[in-house]
Amino acid sequence: MTIGLEHYLIVSVVLFCLGLLGVIIRRNLIVMYMGLELMLNAANLALVAFSHFRDNLDGQVMVFFIITVAAAEVAVGLALIVALYRKRQTNDVTDLTSMKL
Amino acid sequence: MQEILFYIFSALTLLCGLLVVFNPFSRNPVTSAMFLVLTIISMSGLFVLLKAFFLAAVQILVYAGAVIVLFLFVIMLLDVKDEERRRYQKFGTFLGFAAVTGLAMLIINTIKQSGVSHALTGDGVAETKPLGKLLFTDYLLPFEIVSILLLVAMVGCILLSKREETAEAEAE
Repeated sequence: MTIGLEHYLIVSVVLFCLGLLGVIIRRNLIVMYMGLELMLNAANLALVAFSHFRDNLDGQVMVFFIITVAAAEVAVGLALIVALYRKRQTNDVTDLTSMKL
Repeated sequence: MQEILFYIFSALTLLCGLLVVFNPFSRNPVTSAMFLVLTIISMSGLFVLLKAFFLAAVQILVYAGAVIVLFLFVIMLLDVKDEERRRYQKFGTFLGFAAVTGLAMLIINTIKQSGVSHALTGDGVAETKPLGKLLFTDYLLPFEIVSILLLVAMVGCILLSKREETAEAEAE
Protein backbone atom coordinates (compact mmCIF):
# COMPACT_ATOMS: atom_id res chain seq x y z
CA MET A 1 0.00 0.00 0.00
CA THR A 2 1.50 3.30 -1.03
CA ILE A 3 1.66 6.20 1.36
CA GLY A 4 -0.67 8.97 0.21
CA LEU A 5 -1.53 12.45 1.40
CA GLU A 6 -4.15 10.97 3.71
CA HIS A 7 -1.55 9.16 5.84
CA TYR A 8 0.49 12.29 6.43
CA LEU A 9 -2.63 14.32 7.19
CA ILE A 10 -3.75 11.79 9.79
CA VAL A 11 -0.34 11.90 11.50
CA SER A 12 -0.58 15.68 11.46
CA VAL A 13 -4.08 15.67 12.97
CA VAL A 14 -3.08 13.28 15.74
CA LEU A 15 0.00 15.37 16.53
CA PHE A 16 -2.13 18.53 16.65
CA CYS A 17 -4.52 16.82 19.05
CA LEU A 18 -1.61 15.73 21.26
CA GLY A 19 -0.46 19.35 21.45
CA LEU A 20 -3.98 20.43 22.34
CA LEU A 21 -4.12 17.71 24.99
CA GLY A 22 -0.92 19.10 26.49
CA VAL A 23 -2.44 22.58 26.71
CA ILE A 24 -5.59 21.14 28.29
CA ILE A 25 -4.22 18.74 30.90
CA ARG A 26 -0.90 20.28 31.95
CA ARG A 27 -0.88 23.30 34.24
CA ASN A 28 2.79 24.21 33.93
CA LEU A 29 3.29 27.20 31.60
CA ILE A 30 6.46 25.78 30.03
CA VAL A 31 4.89 22.41 29.22
CA MET A 32 1.83 24.21 27.84
CA TYR A 33 4.22 26.10 25.59
CA MET A 34 5.67 22.80 24.39
CA GLY A 35 2.11 21.76 23.50
CA LEU A 36 1.82 24.92 21.40
CA GLU A 37 5.05 23.99 19.64
CA LEU A 38 3.65 20.53 18.86
CA MET A 39 0.55 22.14 17.33
CA LEU A 40 2.67 24.44 15.15
CA ASN A 41 4.73 21.45 14.03
CA ALA A 42 1.58 19.53 13.12
CA ALA A 43 0.51 22.43 10.90
CA ASN A 44 3.99 22.41 9.33
CA LEU A 45 3.72 18.69 8.57
CA ALA A 46 0.33 19.16 6.90
CA LEU A 47 1.67 22.05 4.80
CA VAL A 48 4.75 20.11 3.66
CA ALA A 49 2.59 17.11 2.79
CA PHE A 50 0.23 19.25 0.70
CA SER A 51 3.20 20.92 -0.96
CA HIS A 52 4.68 17.51 -1.84
CA PHE A 53 1.53 16.02 -3.28
CA ARG A 54 0.65 19.17 -5.26
CA ASP A 55 4.14 19.59 -6.79
CA ASN A 56 4.03 23.16 -5.53
CA LEU A 57 6.69 24.80 -3.36
CA ASP A 58 4.51 27.55 -1.85
CA GLY A 59 3.67 25.32 1.11
CA GLN A 60 7.34 24.86 1.94
CA VAL A 61 7.93 28.63 1.84
CA MET A 62 5.06 29.04 4.28
CA VAL A 63 6.56 26.42 6.59
CA PHE A 64 9.84 28.34 6.47
CA PHE A 65 8.03 31.48 7.65
CA ILE A 66 6.14 29.53 10.32
CA ILE A 67 9.40 28.18 11.74
CA THR A 68 10.85 31.71 11.88
CA VAL A 69 7.77 33.18 13.53
CA ALA A 70 7.63 30.26 15.99
CA ALA A 71 11.24 30.90 17.00
CA ALA A 72 10.46 34.58 17.64
CA GLU A 73 7.30 33.61 19.51
CA VAL A 74 9.16 31.17 21.75
CA ALA A 75 11.79 33.79 22.59
CA VAL A 76 9.21 36.41 23.58
CA GLY A 77 6.97 33.90 25.36
CA LEU A 78 9.76 32.47 27.47
CA ALA A 79 10.92 35.99 28.35
CA LEU A 80 7.35 36.68 29.51
CA ILE A 81 7.34 33.49 31.60
CA VAL A 82 10.62 34.47 33.25
CA ALA A 83 9.29 37.98 33.97
CA LEU A 84 6.12 36.46 35.42
CA TYR A 85 8.11 34.05 37.57
CA ARG A 86 10.19 36.91 38.89
CA LYS A 87 7.05 38.79 39.96
CA ARG A 88 4.86 35.93 41.24
CA GLN A 89 7.34 33.11 42.07
CA THR A 90 5.20 30.58 40.19
CA ASN A 91 4.75 29.25 36.68
CA ASP A 92 1.65 27.22 37.34
CA VAL A 93 -1.56 28.56 35.81
CA THR A 94 -3.70 27.45 38.77
CA ASP A 95 -1.83 29.99 40.90
CA LEU A 96 -2.34 32.85 38.44
CA THR A 97 -5.86 33.89 39.39
CA SER A 98 -5.59 37.64 39.86
CA MET A 99 -8.06 38.24 36.99
CA LYS A 100 -10.66 35.95 38.59
CA LEU A 101 -13.76 37.78 39.81
CA MET B 1 11.09 0.79 1.92
CA GLN B 2 9.48 4.24 2.00
CA GLU B 3 6.36 2.77 3.55
CA ILE B 4 8.32 1.14 6.39
CA LEU B 5 10.25 4.36 7.02
CA PHE B 6 7.01 6.34 7.06
CA TYR B 7 5.49 4.04 9.66
CA ILE B 8 8.65 4.07 11.81
CA PHE B 9 8.99 7.86 11.74
CA SER B 10 5.32 8.60 12.29
CA ALA B 11 5.08 6.10 15.15
CA LEU B 12 8.15 7.69 16.77
CA THR B 13 6.74 11.19 16.26
CA LEU B 14 3.40 10.34 17.82
CA LEU B 15 4.83 8.29 20.70
CA CYS B 16 7.33 10.98 21.66
CA GLY B 17 4.64 13.65 21.20
CA LEU B 18 2.44 11.79 23.66
CA LEU B 19 5.31 11.48 26.12
CA VAL B 20 5.91 15.26 25.91
CA VAL B 21 2.45 16.06 27.19
CA PHE B 22 1.51 12.98 29.19
CA ASN B 23 4.37 11.04 30.74
CA PRO B 24 3.17 8.64 33.46
CA PHE B 25 6.67 8.23 34.92
CA SER B 26 7.88 11.80 35.22
CA ARG B 27 6.38 15.25 35.38
CA ASN B 28 9.73 16.97 35.06
CA PRO B 29 9.67 19.64 32.28
CA VAL B 30 13.23 18.62 31.33
CA THR B 31 11.95 15.16 30.34
CA SER B 32 9.24 16.80 28.26
CA ALA B 33 11.84 18.97 26.53
CA MET B 34 13.97 15.91 25.72
CA PHE B 35 11.00 14.09 24.22
CA LEU B 36 10.20 17.25 22.26
CA VAL B 37 13.69 16.98 20.71
CA LEU B 38 12.97 13.36 19.71
CA THR B 39 9.61 14.42 18.23
CA ILE B 40 11.29 17.15 16.18
CA ILE B 41 14.00 14.82 14.90
CA SER B 42 11.63 12.05 13.82
CA MET B 43 9.46 14.70 12.22
CA SER B 44 12.37 15.94 10.15
CA GLY B 45 12.67 12.30 9.02
CA LEU B 46 9.11 12.64 7.72
CA PHE B 47 10.16 15.87 5.96
CA VAL B 48 12.97 13.96 4.23
CA LEU B 49 10.45 11.36 3.07
CA LEU B 50 8.41 14.24 1.63
CA LYS B 51 11.53 15.48 -0.21
CA ALA B 52 11.67 18.72 1.78
CA PHE B 53 15.39 18.39 2.53
CA PHE B 54 16.00 22.05 3.29
CA LEU B 55 13.15 22.18 5.76
CA ALA B 56 14.35 18.98 7.43
CA ALA B 57 17.72 20.65 8.03
CA VAL B 58 16.13 23.90 9.21
CA GLN B 59 13.81 21.96 11.50
CA ILE B 60 16.73 20.29 13.28
CA LEU B 61 18.86 23.45 13.37
CA VAL B 62 16.18 25.85 14.57
CA TYR B 63 13.99 23.63 16.74
CA ALA B 64 16.33 21.01 18.16
CA GLY B 65 19.27 23.42 18.17
CA ALA B 66 17.84 26.74 19.28
CA VAL B 67 14.28 26.50 20.58
CA ILE B 68 14.83 23.50 22.86
CA VAL B 69 18.04 24.97 24.24
CA LEU B 70 16.07 28.12 25.05
CA PHE B 71 13.44 25.98 26.78
CA LEU B 72 16.11 24.23 28.83
CA PHE B 73 17.68 27.56 29.81
CA VAL B 74 14.35 28.84 31.07
CA ILE B 75 13.61 25.58 32.92
CA MET B 76 17.00 25.97 34.57
CA LEU B 77 16.08 29.50 35.71
CA LEU B 78 12.78 28.37 37.20
CA ASP B 79 11.95 25.95 39.97
CA VAL B 80 10.93 22.52 38.66
CA LYS B 81 10.61 20.82 42.03
CA ASP B 82 7.20 22.39 42.45
CA GLU B 83 5.91 20.77 39.25
CA GLU B 84 6.97 17.29 40.39
CA ARG B 85 4.92 17.58 43.57
CA ARG B 86 1.70 18.18 41.68
CA ARG B 87 -0.37 15.25 40.43
CA TYR B 88 -2.51 14.97 37.32
CA GLN B 89 -6.10 15.86 38.12
CA LYS B 90 -7.79 12.59 37.19
CA PHE B 91 -11.12 14.03 36.08
CA GLY B 92 -9.53 16.80 34.05
CA THR B 93 -7.12 14.40 32.34
CA PHE B 94 -9.95 12.04 31.46
CA LEU B 95 -12.07 14.88 30.07
CA GLY B 96 -9.12 16.21 28.11
CA PHE B 97 -8.44 12.80 26.54
CA ALA B 98 -12.13 12.40 25.67
CA ALA B 99 -12.43 15.84 24.07
CA VAL B 100 -9.22 15.49 22.08
CA THR B 101 -10.11 11.97 20.87
CA GLY B 102 -13.47 13.29 19.69
CA LEU B 103 -11.81 16.14 17.80
CA ALA B 104 -9.28 13.77 16.20
CA MET B 105 -12.03 11.36 15.10
CA LEU B 106 -14.01 14.24 13.61
CA ILE B 107 -11.11 15.60 11.55
CA ILE B 108 -9.85 12.15 10.44
CA ASN B 109 -13.36 11.25 9.30
CA THR B 110 -13.54 14.50 7.33
CA ILE B 111 -10.18 13.78 5.66
CA LYS B 112 -11.28 10.25 4.75
CA GLN B 113 -14.57 11.42 3.27
CA SER B 114 -13.03 14.28 1.30
CA GLY B 115 -11.04 11.85 -0.89
CA VAL B 116 -8.15 14.34 -0.98
CA SER B 117 -5.68 11.47 -1.31
CA HIS B 118 -7.03 10.55 -4.75
CA ALA B 119 -7.28 14.14 -5.95
CA LEU B 120 -3.67 15.09 -5.22
CA THR B 121 -1.03 12.58 -6.31
CA GLY B 122 2.09 14.60 -7.08
CA ASP B 123 5.62 13.43 -6.52
CA GLY B 124 7.14 16.58 -5.07
CA VAL B 125 10.03 18.84 -6.07
CA ALA B 126 13.24 17.31 -4.77
CA GLU B 127 15.53 20.33 -5.17
CA THR B 128 16.29 23.20 -2.82
CA LYS B 129 17.20 25.63 -5.60
CA PRO B 130 13.62 26.42 -6.71
CA LEU B 131 12.69 26.99 -3.07
CA GLY B 132 15.45 29.57 -2.69
CA LYS B 133 14.42 31.24 -5.93
CA LEU B 134 10.81 31.42 -4.80
CA LEU B 135 11.87 32.80 -1.42
CA PHE B 136 13.88 35.65 -2.96
CA THR B 137 11.51 36.57 -5.79
CA ASP B 138 7.81 36.03 -5.11
CA TYR B 139 8.16 36.03 -1.33
CA LEU B 140 10.76 38.78 -0.98
CA LEU B 141 8.47 41.22 0.86
CA PRO B 142 7.29 38.65 3.47
CA PHE B 143 10.94 37.64 3.91
CA GLU B 144 11.93 41.22 4.76
CA ILE B 145 8.91 41.62 7.05
CA VAL B 146 9.93 38.47 8.92
CA SER B 147 13.39 39.93 9.46
CA ILE B 148 11.77 43.01 11.01
CA LEU B 149 9.63 40.70 13.16
CA LEU B 150 12.78 38.99 14.44
CA LEU B 151 14.29 42.38 15.30
CA VAL B 152 11.11 43.37 17.18
CA ALA B 153 11.16 40.04 19.04
CA MET B 154 14.78 40.64 20.01
CA VAL B 155 14.05 44.13 21.34
CA GLY B 156 11.00 42.78 23.16
CA CYS B 157 13.01 40.05 24.86
CA ILE B 158 15.64 42.51 26.06
CA LEU B 159 12.95 44.85 27.36
CA LEU B 160 11.06 42.04 29.12
CA SER B 161 14.04 40.45 30.79
CA LYS B 162 15.46 43.75 32.03
CA ARG B 163 14.99 44.39 35.72
CA GLU B 164 12.31 47.02 36.27
CA GLU B 165 14.40 49.44 38.30
CA THR B 166 12.93 52.60 36.83
CA ALA B 167 9.32 51.55 37.47
CA GLU B 168 10.11 50.61 41.07
CA ALA B 169 11.96 53.86 41.60
CA GLU B 170 8.97 55.81 40.33
CA ALA B 171 6.64 53.85 42.63
CA GLU B 172 8.71 54.86 45.61
